[in-house]
Amino acid sequence: MELFTNQILAGISTGAIYACMALAVVMIYQAIDHLNFAQGEMAMFSTFISWQLMQWGIPYWWAFLATVAISFVAGIAIERILFKPLAKAPILTNVAGFIALFSIINSCAGLIWDFTIKQYPTPFGSAPFLGSQLISTHQAGMIGVTVLLLIGLYFFFQYTRIGLAMRAAASLPESARLVGINTSWMIALGWGMAAAIGAVAGILIAPVVFLEPNMMGGVLVYGFAAAVLGGLTSPLGAVIGGFLVGIMENLAGTYIPGVGNELKLPIALAVIVSVLVVKPAGLFGRPIVKRV
Amino acid sequence: MSAAEDVVPTDQEGQAVEAVPKRAMTLGTGTSLVVLALLILTPLVVKSFVTFQMTQLLVYGLAVLALNILTGGSGQFSLGQSAFYAIGAYASAILIEQFNVNYALTIPVAGVLCFAVGFLFGQPALRLSGVYLALATFALATAMPQLLKLNFIEPWTGGVQGLVVDKPDAPFGLPMSQDTWLYYFTLAITIAVYVASVNLLRSRSGRALMAIRDNEIAASAMGVNVALYKTLAFGVSAGITGVAGALGAIVVQFVAPDSFTITLAIQLFLGMVVGGVGWLPGSFVGAAFIIFVPNMAESVSKGLSGAVFGVLLFLVIYLVPHGARQVAIASQQLIGKFRK
Repeated sequence: MELFTNQILAGISTGAIYACMALAVVMIYQAIDHLNFAQGEMAMFSTFISWQLMQWGIPYWWAFLATVAISFVAGIAIERILFKPLAKAPILTNVAGFIALFSIINSCAGLIWDFTIKQYPTPFGSAPFLGSQLISTHQAGMIGVTVLLLIGLYFFFQYTRIGLAMRAAASLPESARLVGINTSWMIALGWGMAAAIGAVAGILIAPVVFLEPNMMGGVLVYGFAAAVLGGLTSPLGAVIGGFLVGIMENLAGTYIPGVGNELKLPIALAVIVSVLVVKPAGLFGRPIVKRV
Repeated sequence: MSAAEDVVPTDQEGQAVEAVPKRAMTLGTGTSLVVLALLILTPLVVKSFVTFQMTQLLVYGLAVLALNILTGGSGQFSLGQSAFYAIGAYASAILIEQFNVNYALTIPVAGVLCFAVGFLFGQPALRLSGVYLALATFALATAMPQLLKLNFIEPWTGGVQGLVVDKPDAPFGLPMSQDTWLYYFTLAITIAVYVASVNLLRSRSGRALMAIRDNEIAASAMGVNVALYKTLAFGVSAGITGVAGALGAIVVQFVAPDSFTITLAIQLFLGMVVGGVGWLPGSFVGAAFIIFVPNMAESVSKGLSGAVFGVLLFLVIYLVPHGARQVAIASQQLIGKFRK
């Protein structure tokens, strides 16, 4: 029983990473209706920027704020420069664009900061949290920040005019345009917010997975899986999905015989696919009803 | 030259794959013959390494074609093509190396096996669409290399090391090198599969697939067995990918779990987009893109090859968001004007 609770705790702490990433994924999905494959690389690049700022002697929290601001602007810039011209192109062409962006960012980060693994500081310390060996204060802090972010987003989307406008632009672009919402800029804003959340996720994840250009590869897969499991239309679902994926992955690794580290991911994904077969819109997603 | 004159790229909202009329999915007879002649004559004038690359191009072209049938034909999206490619490649390699089966016989076996696997995988995938289907197929693609490394099938698969496959000689004492023979062998199979695919899409089943792609509910109201045709599309696509995988194993002479990662599936996807979704001849243009452009990027700058590749890809999708199909349509209209 103790092993079981310990594994759940460990699952929650890795799940927090996935939850962060899934939140960023859902954000951009809400705004642009696609999964952005370059999301992880954008977060990685932001994390490198914050690392560079700290190397130049800027204190942690100032670097954190600056990075979030830079990422927000950069996200908007990427949308305006690279993806706005593709707005009328087929969806699959857009997806190819995400892959191109992925490749560019990854390669540039490798050239600027090279591929050696770097330590990344944490403001929360890494002592055991509440006496448990499995969850450190950093991971607890990470969970705390994720929850705060989620609450903030909830209020933004539910109670601000601009949040309402963004939701309208995403769900019914044409009607939104008719009531005077600038849908094109709402998409750019969505990119900016997704980039900013990605930056937060990257900064929180980096002390755990270490900083290097490929740090997001594995995390993004889990983040996508978590977002899809929770339902792509629900930020809360994404966070819960993240924790569930973390827990499932740990339990599969512990209790199913013959499953080493290598088969953890396939099994977690298989579980998710079976959940989707029963609930095709994810656990918390709204099924989309289409007109014929 | 009667190919694609009636295509107007339409902008239908909420639809992942735009509607392509079936006449627009192929090349005209004249063009096809010219391309065929070029394909047959090329190995006579180029170096053997180029012949090898051309063979690879045909192999990847087949795999992209398979994805094109699935996505362009039935509107389903898959990131799991690398898994079927792997199954085909391994089936062929294991039969050749462990059971001494003739290499040519392994190809239909790989095709049938992959058809069965794809058909079965299509069953649960039926309930999913869009990104959810992408995730399910993605799961298959990430699981496959790990499954191939499993201990208890190692006597057959060779585990992490993989298997080395012997290169076949030209039969009947034909005076040509192994590379040239493999090229013609691959070309023959490619043509057979291509013609079969074109005919499939022109048939009743092809029309059923396209009806599902354009509007699933309307298709089922007209009496199309949606579940059957969707799974069949998966099966056929997987089968062709398996054939491509088997050919790939023989051409590259080596299979290992890590050659069939998600990267391969992404490459095939890019090939489809660059070639034009739903335009079968474009598959080979797309295959050329995914084989040659990364090499080109590498030669421009070693450190920044990824960035160069990304920029080139962006250029292509800016200039022709509908892929090579758009080029074909444009040139056709130009020729049409010229004739008048």
